[in-house]
Amino acid sequence: MDFTNDTPIYIQIMDKIKSDIITGKLKKGDKLMSTRELAVALKVNPNTVQRVFKELESEEICFTKRGMGTFVTEDDQTLALLKTQIAKEKIAQFVEGMKSLNMGFEEIINKLKAYEEGKL
Amino acid sequence: MNYLINCINLQKNYMSKKALIDINLKFQEGKIYGLLGPNGSGKTTLMKIFADLHKQTSGELVICDEKPSHKTRAYVAYMPTENFIYGWMKVKESLGFYADMYADFDKEKAIELLKFMEIDMNQKVSSLSTGQRARLKITLTISRKAKIYMLDEPLNGLDPISRSKIKECIIDQFDAEGVMIISTHLVNEIEQILDEVVFLDHGEVILAGETEKMRLEKGKSLEEIYKEVYGHA
Repeated sequence: MDFTNDTPIYIQIMDKIKSDIITGKLKKGDKLMSTRELAVALKVNPNTVQRVFKELESEEICFTKRGMGTFVTEDDQTLALLKTQIAKEKIAQFVEGMKSLNMGFEEIINKLKAYEEGKL
Repeated sequence: MNYLINCINLQKNYMSKKALIDINLKFQEGKIYGLLGPNGSGKTTLMKIFADLHKQTSGELVICDEKPSHKTRAYVAYMPTENFIYGWMKVKESLGFYADMYADFDKEKAIELLKFMEIDMNQKVSSLSTGQRARLKITLTISRKAKIYMLDEPLNGLDPISRSKIKECIIDQFDAEGVMIISTHLVNEIEQILDEVVFLDHGEVILAGETEKMRLEKGKSLEEIYKEVYGHA
């Protein structure tokens, strides 16, 4: 995994796990790698991974069973919410980019349609 | 917070040459530190003082709440840059040699790590490649049950596979109750592993702090910061 310098590494790893959940690479109730395993796999500091799990837990996306490991939540509502939240972030990014090209909302919609129809 | 190393106004002179100037640093339990700087910046001198192989000229040093002595040596596992293992030994004899030298040496662990490192126990040390020898060195060092681990230039001059194996070993074996100090100038290889970094230049600390904070504040990788800091060199 390559990391950028504008976002903390733990957030980049969190985003990766979230996207793996949304795309179905990780399914609800799946067990995640242990802190050490994930740290070794990503070649990052174990403290960073520990933070990832702590934050994911506080967002209720994951939960820890004592002595058994960390698992993806089984709560459908949380997962649906996660998807909505990420979609919102992506849309915000996209709209901001288009607005910086001086495009209005109507124009953005038209461009989107044209893109979908392969006319852009 | 528990600091395993604390140095106050540490100074080291070699004759009239100042090797370390007014070093004030604390190393906290559970963290991995990078000691960065070009050759001659004082990294090795500082590590050797921590390992009680050199004495400071002035200033104070506390290792695990004690003054450096033969006793604190037992808390410190130091891997120097030199080849410290006799070439005529077989790998398995070098384990015995280390077990004799250090009461805290865990031979079982070393045997297990050597498997991961893909080193044959029956090979002669002198017949190992540079990369294999480096992997043996780190195995011996990390298989001690110390509180402070110091690795002097663990990645220098090694092939990508050896570097990768050594990095995995560092991450996997890191003890949350210990401190790990890694000196290097190969910053990009290792920046994701470091909790904190200390930049040394001509014996002085010119920059120190949390890696992540530094990266975010400057919007640059540690390697870019390194180039900026030592750009004059």
